[in-house]
Amino acid sequence: MVEFDHVGLRYGPDAEVLVDISFTLQPGSFYFLTGASGAGKTSLLKLLYLAQRPSRGIVRLFDEDVVALPRHRLPGFRRRIGVVFQDFRLIPHLSARDNIALPLRILGVEESDLAGPVDEMLSWIGLKDRAQALPATLSGGEQQRVAIARAVIARPKLLIADEPTGNVDPDMAMRLLGLFEALNRLGTTVVVATHDVHLISRIDNAQMMRLEKGRLADPTGALRFPPANRL
Amino acid sequence: MIIPRVPVQQRAMLAQGRLQGPTPWVLAILMLLTLLAAAAGLSLARSASGIGGAIADRVTVQIVTANPEERSRQASRIRRLAADQPYVRAVRAVPRDEVAATLGRWFGTGNGDDDPVIASRPLPDLVDGDLVPGSGAAAEARLRSLVTAQAPGARVIPHAEWLAPVASLIRTLAWVAVGLVVLMAMASAAVVIMTARAALGTHYATIEMLHLTGATDTQICRLFQRRIAIDSAYGIMLGALVAALVLALLAWQLADVTAGLGASAALGAWGWIFLALLPLLAIALAALTARVTLLRALKHML
Repeated sequence: MVEFDHVGLRYGPDAEVLVDISFTLQPGSFYFLTGASGAGKTSLLKLLYLAQRPSRGIVRLFDEDVVALPRHRLPGFRRRIGVVFQDFRLIPHLSARDNIALPLRILGVEESDLAGPVDEMLSWIGLKDRAQALPATLSGGEQQRVAIARAVIARPKLLIADEPTGNVDPDMAMRLLGLFEALNRLGTTVVVATHDVHLISRIDNAQMMRLEKGRLADPTGALRFPPANRL
Repeated sequence: MIIPRVPVQQRAMLAQGRLQGPTPWVLAILMLLTLLAAAAGLSLARSASGIGGAIADRVTVQIVTANPEERSRQASRIRRLAADQPYVRAVRAVPRDEVAATLGRWFGTGNGDDDPVIASRPLPDLVDGDLVPGSGAAAEARLRSLVTAQAPGARVIPHAEWLAPVASLIRTLAWVAVGLVVLMAMASAAVVIMTARAALGTHYATIEMLHLTGATDTQICRLFQRRIAIDSAYGIMLGALVAALVLALLAWQLADVTAGLGASAALGAWGWIFLALLPLLAIALAALTARVTLLRALKHML
């Protein structure tokens, strides 16, 4: 599903923020990515959701090397990835409903086929009565739920979430985690970056990656070093 | 497609709002000036062409023999002989009254036939001739030798010599108008480029989100192209409407001018058709410029 082989990332002339990152994510697995603030979690996630190209190394996604992937092929990969951003990144002039429908509209789904899944998702996150509300009128937790619904509505192969439960109460956090787990059971590979240790213990069989100063540690031994293709 | 078709729900991905910002108004002003310059260029070109056509093969024979009776005989002979030449299409003696009236505007007292000043002057006898079109300098030379044989002091004056500098000036002014039209088209394109770049800057976060959600450059471009093309079309059509009113007013005033340069300055059917097409070309240019600018800028985003 995902392979990183000695990947490094630097912004401009500064030192690398990610150093020699190598790991393999198996299809249908559940991973937590932890690390202190500034350890490089968000940078690693950016490489995963193709918002950034690495400075060195090899990144393989869905069995293809994406480092030198031509731009016109990026959308095809991105459509298979769902992302929950730490700052939500909801489009401010679109209603909650339209934000959630965005990935389906980009895929070209007909409006008649789109209403059902969007309504279902709104019900699931408990915002059906606020479907037409603009993001600015939603609370932080509500915005986060909309962001999650948007990330999962197109049934992505890979779901990446950056601190997805940071702004919701514990009950909602567990419900959201339950959604991730349900998607995982359907075959979606899930990567969740979080500080919340309690969250990690709630998912059976979840594996953990830990970033320390831009380098990857492997506390559970779940990740293979060196990666499979170098053995 | 100039204005891409985008489903209503997808149009909403971009914040709504029309005729906001200066772009439509700037394009309206540029379109107004472009149409006025184009109309001026077209009418000047028609005037230059009209003058050229009117004078190209026309000559006047001026007979200045001192003895009025001999002068009159020479004029009659020249007219008769010239009319028999194959390279001469038409010939006529200019009546003395017409010569007197023409000169009276400049030298006389304005008393018409009784003008004492003109009456005191020895007026030349004039014969106007139209050469066969395209007969050129050879025909002119043959006529000159015929005239010299009949009246040694007479002069053959091609009209082109008088009015060629005027026609040349008018042609130059027409080209200046063409240059202005081109410059204003470039200025309009520059306005659209700046608008497209500003729109990309304003909506950067939305574009980034659309990209990360899997939108292609073409999908995003169509959203912006549609908006910019529609806004541009509003501005251009507004400018065209005002220009049409101004030109209609000028055409109405020109309708009273039935002779001379004024009459030849009328635009003609093709001129009006060309002017009507200009706004459509401008809208197409705006849409194309927006598309190229947007696609180039989007390529620099990951």
